[in-house]
Amino acid sequence: MEGYSRKDVGCPQLLDLIPKEKEWLVKSAEETNYGLSEEKKLELRLGPPGGDWTFKQICGPTNESLLSFGFFPNTTAGATTTAPWQHQTKASFFPLMEKESCRIVELQGAEKKAFSPANTAVPNSSSAQKRTAPAPVVGWPPIRSFRKNLANGNSSKLSPESQKDFSKKPIENCPKNKFVKINMDGVPIGRKVDLKAFHSYEKLSSAVDELFRGLLAAQGDSSTNGIKKEVEGEKVISGLLDGSGEYTLVYEDNEGDRMLVGDVPWDMFVSTVKRLRVLKSSELPMLFCGSKPGKLSLDRSI
Amino acid sequence: MVNYFPEEVLEHVFSFLTSHRDRNAVSLVCKSWYNVERFSRGKVFIGNCYAISPERLISRFPRVRSLTLKGKPHFADFNLVLHDWGGYVYPWIEAMAKGCTNLEELRLKRMLVSDASLELIAKSFPNFKSLVLVSCEGFTTDGLAAIASNCRFLRELDLQENEVEDPRGQWLSCFPDSCTSLASLNFACLKGEVNLAALERLVARCRNLKSLRLNHAVPPDVLQKILARAPQLVDLGAGSFVHDPESETYNKLKNVMQKCTSIRSLSGFLDVNARCLPAIYPICINLSSLNLSYAPGIYSKELVKLIRKCKKLQCLWILDTIGDKGLSVVASACKELQELRVFKSDPNDVGNAAVTEEGLVAISAGCPNLNSLLYFCRQMTNTALITVAKNCPNFIRFRLCTLDPITPDAVTMQPLDNGFGAIVQSCKGLKRLSVSGLLTDQVFLYIGMYAEQLEMLSIAFAGNSDKGMVYVLNGCKKLKKLEIRDSPFGNMALLADTGKYETMRSLWMSSCKVTFGACKSLAEKMPRLNVEIINEGDEMEGGSDDRQNVEKMYLYRTLVGPRKDAPDSVWTL
Repeated sequence: MEGYSRKDVGCPQLLDLIPKEKEWLVKSAEETNYGLSEEKKLELRLGPPGGDWTFKQICGPTNESLLSFGFFPNTTAGATTTAPWQHQTKASFFPLMEKESCRIVELQGAEKKAFSPANTAVPNSSSAQKRTAPAPVVGWPPIRSFRKNLANGNSSKLSPESQKDFSKKPIENCPKNKFVKINMDGVPIGRKVDLKAFHSYEKLSSAVDELFRGLLAAQGDSSTNGIKKEVEGEKVISGLLDGSGEYTLVYEDNEGDRMLVGDVPWDMFVSTVKRLRVLKSSELPMLFCGSKPGKLSLDRSI
Repeated sequence: MVNYFPEEVLEHVFSFLTSHRDRNAVSLVCKSWYNVERFSRGKVFIGNCYAISPERLISRFPRVRSLTLKGKPHFADFNLVLHDWGGYVYPWIEAMAKGCTNLEELRLKRMLVSDASLELIAKSFPNFKSLVLVSCEGFTTDGLAAIASNCRFLRELDLQENEVEDPRGQWLSCFPDSCTSLASLNFACLKGEVNLAALERLVARCRNLKSLRLNHAVPPDVLQKILARAPQLVDLGAGSFVHDPESETYNKLKNVMQKCTSIRSLSGFLDVNARCLPAIYPICINLSSLNLSYAPGIYSKELVKLIRKCKKLQCLWILDTIGDKGLSVVASACKELQELRVFKSDPNDVGNAAVTEEGLVAISAGCPNLNSLLYFCRQMTNTALITVAKNCPNFIRFRLCTLDPITPDAVTMQPLDNGFGAIVQSCKGLKRLSVSGLLTDQVFLYIGMYAEQLEMLSIAFAGNSDKGMVYVLNGCKKLKKLEIRDSPFGNMALLADTGKYETMRSLWMSSCKVTFGACKSLAEKMPRLNVEIINEGDEMEGGSDDRQNVEKMYLYRTLVGPRKDAPDSVWTL
């Protein structure tokens, strides 16, 4: 059971649905562009010199393709198939051939105004004209966030300028975590820390202390062949940042160099750090020579 | 006469029915068939996890071994749905753990999966073999570690585009030495490091490994070693493919690639140096599937050089950096092409890296077997769509997305109604359609008239009036999912045929013209629908005005009434 009869298809019926627009129907044949006339006045258009595409211009070259559209499948050129509804169908597929038909679009107010018209140049020269950007719309174009994050991550490598974000997530180029590995001399098992959870070197330093204090103490025990000795008090790991402690915090940056933690502003550190190491301060002779902290040209064997 | 067949015979006959639709149909024939069918049903597909409850599933199909569940509506992919809207898998696993412990396979899409759920799976199902998670979130690598450690017969762990936290990064080492059953491992979406030595050992001992997709943290030298150990791979996802073409590693990689004659499917290249692509050339001739859509920064010229060699390609996912000219080359080289997806290389781009209608027309002319398309383009014309429709009448999926959602025909400035009309008229088997561009009610008239097999329709910024939506609801008899955004369809359309919604899986309408009152009356009239209103702001506080437009409505048929896990911002009417 069909909700509408096929008879309804066909231009006259369509016109009846929108009686008050009848005057547009007459105009439409001469209407150069599609849409309400007020819109036409306001919209920016890139058209050929002398302005508008006239109906006559459109009608000519596209005749062929519209005809063929209505005539497939199983029809010979110039003939229609037999079903009566199909005859009417043909009529409705070729609206441009009939003056009465029209394209009436109720633009959805402000939203549609925000969109600039498409490139109107002939296809081959499209590269010559740069489009104006449409206003950003949530969730458009419909691309999965996963893919968008990937793309943003990649393109931010190429171009530093910030990008418009179509999705509701606040910042897509900056993932909300930055997990980096951290290993400590003398402890075979490393940890991972989320640098975004700290906002200063002090917080990082105390987190390192918390992470490794227990492991370090356990190492001390295990080196006695697993016999449980009286557990020594766990020693606080301090002085990581200023060279004063037994251990010092260093990191490997995005250029592969080993650097002392603490020289650059926190945000810059977070963006360039790739991994962290907690080294025994005694292994860093340069620090104790009073030389300025800077690049340590340690080879990777340390 | 059929009733005299012993049940074993019926069961045996049913075992040849693989599609769940066939099995569903068979179960409607009579009571005895219903019973035989339900006791022998091994695979169940649930397209909307809220349409039925886990308890009812288990009571009807006590021997289910494979379960597929889908959660959030499709538009959740584009951030139109709250993160915590729902789709929790935990209750399902809990119920299965109590009532149906022979579960072997779980496939989830757009669901919220917690580490606790994964741990419960790992503990509860001794024969668990296969876990496939697509666009899910809520879990970390800790959950994966539980699966790896405990599922002794794990054959498949396939993670596709999930958002996964990685606090510890050691999940891969959790596969015990005794695990040799892995046939498919896909962790390409994981952002963190993996234990490379553990990975190599795992690959070495899983002699049945056929599909391996690595994440970006697996460097080329490890890739080379892995390939040397697993020349039997059929599906490879390279992680990082950045290396110096002069290096020893690259040489080794080239040599080892030549031996990988079984590879039919290639993807990944999450980081790639285009100059290293020649290493893949030897296997191109065997490829039936190529996905370079995650690979940034490969210029069209290089892409083309590669694709030109893929003469047997059936499935191609690519970025629009390939350009129209590149697509012409694809059209001339890949005659067997069936599926093409062209994604935007830069989602925020308004510039010039893009494809137009020309590329699509070229493809349609060269690849007559094309049946599945996803095409993000800058512009489109009716003529082009009509040509495509004539060239490729076999489309099953046709999804077009113009950068500007209401762009008209680029040449004539007319709506794209006729173009899409041609597609639905010509492609009699069309099951899925996404339209975009400037569209009036006319296109929906065409869709209603011609798209007889259509099951899923996505509409955005289209149509003039309620008539458009009514044409679709009336005409598309097989419609299952309808999702609409930013279109002027209102109460008349929503209420025109309320019975229709019970024949469909779901309806999504956002930024349309349906009012609160209409939704309420629909909900009242149709008790077997859940009509959910999603409020994100402070739109409706306290008493809500019936005349107010609803921002987001999602309705779906269900046998179990309103769900109990909806967050405060989701109202079920």
